[in-house]
Amino acid sequence: MMSAHGPAAPTRDPAWFKWTLISVALAYVVIVLALPLLAVFVEALRKGEAAFFAAFNEPAAAAAIQLTLLVTAIAVPLNTVFGLAAAWAITKFEFVGKSFLTTLIDLPLSISPVIAGLVYVLLYSVHGWFGPFFADRGIEIIFAVPGIVLATTLVTFPYVARELIPLMQQQGTDEEAAAATLGAGPWRTFFLVTLPNVKWALTFGVLLCTARAMGEFGAVSVVSGHIRGQTSTMPLHVEILYNEYNFVAAFAIASLLALFALVTLAVRAVLESRFEAELAAAERT
Amino acid sequence: MLGVAASPSSETKRWRFREPSALGGFWPSFGFVAVYLSFIVLIPLAALVLRPWEIGIDGVWRAVSSERTVAALKLSFAAAAVAASVNAVFGTIVAWALVRYEFPGKRVVDAFVDLPFALPTAVAGIALASIYAPNGLIGAAFGAHDIRIAYTPIGIMIALVFIGFPFVVRAVQPVLADLEREVEEAAATLGASRWRTISQVIWPSIAPAMLTGFSLAFARAVGEYGSVIFIAGNLPMVSEIAPLLIIIKLEEFDYAGAAAIGLAMLVISFVLLFALNALHAFMIRRGGA
Amino acid sequence: MPLDIENMRKTFGRFTALNSVSLRAEDSEFIALLGPSGSGKTTLLRCIAGLEAPDSGSIRFQGENLLAQKVRDRRIGLVFQHYALFRHMTAAQNVAFGLKAKRGADKPSSAAIKARVEELLALVQLDGLGGRYPSQLSGGQRQRVALARALAIEPRILLLDEPFGALDAKVRRELRRWLREIHERTGLTTIFVTHDQEEALELADRVALLKDGALEQFGTPEELYHQPATPFVFEFLGDVVKLPCEIVDGAAVFGGVRATLLGGSRRTAGKGVAHVRPDAFDVARDEGEGLRATLRDVVSAGASARLDCLLENGDSVEIRVPHDLAQKLKPAERVTLRPREARVW
Repeated sequence: MMSAHGPAAPTRDPAWFKWTLISVALAYVVIVLALPLLAVFVEALRKGEAAFFAAFNEPAAAAAIQLTLLVTAIAVPLNTVFGLAAAWAITKFEFVGKSFLTTLIDLPLSISPVIAGLVYVLLYSVHGWFGPFFADRGIEIIFAVPGIVLATTLVTFPYVARELIPLMQQQGTDEEAAAATLGAGPWRTFFLVTLPNVKWALTFGVLLCTARAMGEFGAVSVVSGHIRGQTSTMPLHVEILYNEYNFVAAFAIASLLALFALVTLAVRAVLESRFEAELAAAERT
Repeated sequence: MLGVAASPSSETKRWRFREPSALGGFWPSFGFVAVYLSFIVLIPLAALVLRPWEIGIDGVWRAVSSERTVAALKLSFAAAAVAASVNAVFGTIVAWALVRYEFPGKRVVDAFVDLPFALPTAVAGIALASIYAPNGLIGAAFGAHDIRIAYTPIGIMIALVFIGFPFVVRAVQPVLADLEREVEEAAATLGASRWRTISQVIWPSIAPAMLTGFSLAFARAVGEYGSVIFIAGNLPMVSEIAPLLIIIKLEEFDYAGAAAIGLAMLVISFVLLFALNALHAFMIRRGGA
Repeated sequence: MPLDIENMRKTFGRFTALNSVSLRAEDSEFIALLGPSGSGKTTLLRCIAGLEAPDSGSIRFQGENLLAQKVRDRRIGLVFQHYALFRHMTAAQNVAFGLKAKRGADKPSSAAIKARVEELLALVQLDGLGGRYPSQLSGGQRQRVALARALAIEPRILLLDEPFGALDAKVRRELRRWLREIHERTGLTTIFVTHDQEEALELADRVALLKDGALEQFGTPEELYHQPATPFVFEFLGDVVKLPCEIVDGAAVFGGVRATLLGGSRRTAGKGVAHVRPDAFDVARDEGEGLRATLRDVVSAGASARLDCLLENGDSVEIRVPHDLAQKLKPAERVTLRPREARVW
């Protein structure tokens, strides 16, 4: 990292180059990122505070918020357990097919969320492979809450694992091996040795997973049936409101989601500076 | 812990699935992971691969090659490519500024880069639509010159630029940060001009990372739905993206047709990403990162 | 109760780390596993601890087949090369870990654990530092916490993997002395791995010198130094000057000078290559029998003086002589070298 002061070194870029670059970068960031974010809040408050809060009192909106929270409360813990198990298996052991497993974990990030919803329709809808099995028992999956949970779980399952795996890989297996020689079994080792070492990465992974679960749109759009007040999550409700030209209400709900996204980013920034401090302290000794 | 499971040595050594280790808890964790993945990923994917053929090979071909489908696929892939390219250029610039320079607000910008990653796509979608709509902040400015952004393919590309932004920045940043200052200084002491240093020493190192970022942004953009659906015109043959076509087919209960288009998207993406990976490997071999 | 290791074999892919190594450590012995990188010493240690599984062979201790036991049941204390302290626990918590992990009837009360931790920290001279985290301790201190932690579980065998590798010379010497004291106090069978021959010779009751996965020699330091079994042992345990010579009447002859032919030499007649220690030469200015050489450099610093000599046949050798002799010599002088004793292979 260069400082703005100090003698000119041969690897310094000329000032005009540097400031042009910074200006271009900042302009890009503002136009592409900041503007849309600002628009959300501006539009939400366009008709004043009263209208803003009224949006949340509406029963359909409240139902959407409740559904989002329910789905998130199921998907995130499941994916957290998965992430921990996968990171443990992948980083502490050597086995055949490890890279295949890692590729599989990265898969949802490169397929369209609509396809994620599609594959569940292909399985669980009335015309799906497993459809009749569930229909006979009166269980609705597609166009009902279980389908939404499944689709959300699929789309967000990599996030915890992806935060944990590189860190645990880097930490190696020495501490766990030491714990084994001291007489600890696998559960004790996992909870007392491995877990505390990754607590910040885990926290951020869970936060990110939660943000993505709350905001999932494409996959849920496919499996939900868009029944207002029953199978609409917050993002779907935003879509409904927007399509009805009820802009203020739409942006009001959207702003809640945007706020959570900002909290996630802020926590990440705080965690990173904490990491830096810890790293620096460890390297000093 | 070393361990190569599968290569036979001169002694008769049985092939092992996994290297024995001092740690316990492999089978519970691996078992859980395997079951979870099968249930959540593998079986659903199998459905996607197998169901299209219910309408026979002709059926699949017809569904995939219809004019409307081809237009939608072309739009999705082309717009994604353009958006990813734009991000490749500007994302690298942003990464360069973040790694090499100090300026006020740098930390905020760094954290902000991940916004598209954390923000729900629908929120981004309506925000972008409102800005670039004919009566929106930017849309109005361009509208005065008779240029329409929202409801056209251009609007789609802008939404995809938003979505793919973090991928290039986060791919290039660590590579730039790791670049040893000393190599640049060596080039300078050997008489290289700043430009030569950049083009012959720095560029070969970051080019592969740019390509990785491009690939990730591209893959993400191809399937993007939420942020695009509001700003796109959704007119068939003109501004209809492939994911939307899949949803329309599902609403018509044409499951096999929807699956066929989904499968086509997956296959094309797969091929393209494979090619990009090969290009990446080639660059690494030649340039050395 | 001896530790019996028989025919240990371990391969990693196509690389053979251990090639049928056998050795026996007697009760309370302090054994050093010595050798260059890749010799298999760490692999052997890890097999004893249970962190690697050998392809074949057996390890028996106290009448038990150690290989049949899981790592956590073997009651072996292992001090890792890079300490492997639990970074988010204090020193005291690290030491207490093994005690808290005991199950059922074996598990001591909290008060007993606390007392034992304090006792161990005092043993390793870290009393008062129990509340510090590993990142707040120096390398030498971390090493001692690692040792206290391993001793806490009352192991039957103590293993140390290059324990002083990452420390500077002065700290190493202090810790060496102190490790020997601990061994005397605890009376544990101790096996430690090192690539530093001085350390091994100084500390161990017996030294096992390994090369390429095989045992070159296993004996007391004196045996290894004075009765090396192979040229490798001789060359590993000190500097060597190699000179051509002829064996006549049971003595090594260099240009007319007779040197004692040491036991263990393989050859007994004819021409050969002699291995001589640098400090086993007499140096004189006269022109009598011996090897003529020109002095290229005289370095009079260090424990003994070093003479860089150019022999008539073009070879360069380094000799060590006492300082008072070196002070009388100057570069470019011609001298005669007379080896006193040599080994010929």
